Amino acid sequence: MITIKLHKIVGDFAENKDIARDVRENELLPALEKGNEVIVDFGGVTGATQSFVHALISEAIRRYGSDVLDRISFKNCNEVVQKIITIVTEYMQESE
Amino acid sequence: MKVHLPNSAFLGNIDSFFNSLDMSDTNTLQISANKKWISVHPLVLAMVAALGQTVRPENIACEAFEAKSKHYFERMGLFRFLGVKSGIDVVEHESAGRFVPLTQIQSQGALSKFVTDMIPLLHLSPAHAEPIRYIVTELVRNVIEHAESPHGAFVAAQYYEKSNSIRIGIADVGVGIKKTIGRSHRVSGDLSAIGLALTPGITGTTAREGGTEQNAGAGLFFIKSIASINGDFFAIYSGSALYKLLRQYATKRHVLHADPFRDRHSARENLPQWPGTAVGIDMMLDENEKFSALLEHIRGTYARAVRERRKERYKKPRFV
Repeated sequence: MITIKLHKIVGDFAENKDIARDVRENELLPALEKGNEVIVDFGGVTGATQSFVHALISEAIRRYGSDVLDRISFKNCNEVVQKIITIVTEYMQESE
Repeated sequence: MKVHLPNSAFLGNIDSFFNSLDMSDTNTLQISANKKWISVHPLVLAMVAALGQTVRPENIACEAFEAKSKHYFERMGLFRFLGVKSGIDVVEHESAGRFVPLTQIQSQGALSKFVTDMIPLLHLSPAHAEPIRYIVTELVRNVIEHAESPHGAFVAAQYYEKSNSIRIGIADVGVGIKKTIGRSHRVSGDLSAIGLALTPGITGTTAREGGTEQNAGAGLFFIKSIASINGDFFAIYSGSALYKLLRQYATKRHVLHADPFRDRHSARENLPQWPGTAVGIDMMLDENEKFSALLEHIRGTYARAVRERRKERYKKPRFV
């Protein structure tokens, strides 16, 4: 199990898609490829954009199917961040 | 090119300002203004500043502003971006705090810094700051990512006490929506391209449903939806077309449409050709719905829209 702590990378507002891509390519997808479970920790992050969350997790859902959500947990998300993650996971599954 | 800053140009009546733009002779820019009073949306400033970047400074002619409100344009930084000496002296006083002066943003790093700095300038509560930083971030990121403008995005915002609203303008002189959407989708014109850009799940980066790993085609739909639910104006002008989301009736605000042309709107074609994209939004702070509740409305519409578009492409059985 690996934990990705976002606040130290993105700060208070998770909006930088370039950072999302780096986390996706260098941490999230390699961990999933190895069969690991991943915790994405939003502690300290007060907001996020749909673009950021899409850039972070959509490829994992596309590549591994919706079952990948059994291997990714989202920790310390406030209500807004939870809603945005839910939107992205739902539309990715609808378009699978 | 000729731009006249009128007595009044806000999103409700901005069509006539767009229509007055003279985009001929792209080597020169002449700016004139109403002589008595000029009161314009920040979008107008962002557009003029962006346009000024396409012309050599020596080819910009800006007449001396005479209107009583001329100091506003100096404080917002318009003349600085045009490289014009206005001759207007501004005394900075402490109440100047509730605006974001014209800012040019050309990189993601500059965008992140701008968003951090912007909220304190507008003196917003966290509840009001949330949708505003969301909207500005997504719109400017669109410019950086898709507009292909060497000048980036121009942004300005202003708080209006009388209406308790924030008005935001973002403009670029890039390739425009028709070109970016047209890379992956068939578009018949600027208005149809704007319509596609506002439709959930459609991005210029791919024809594939759900977008790419980096783009979902959701950004503008989210922003239009935020405006719709809050009953705010939202206008987008690109090429020769204008799409304007009109203030939604209070009883219908929660009815979100995937097709922007089903929302209460006005649309125009055959306007002067704007070389890029210009977006304006008004946010009424009194009527803002809680951001998380607003996202819940968007959630339902988005998933349904993707599902319905997939169904449209299903092969139908042939009954013979």
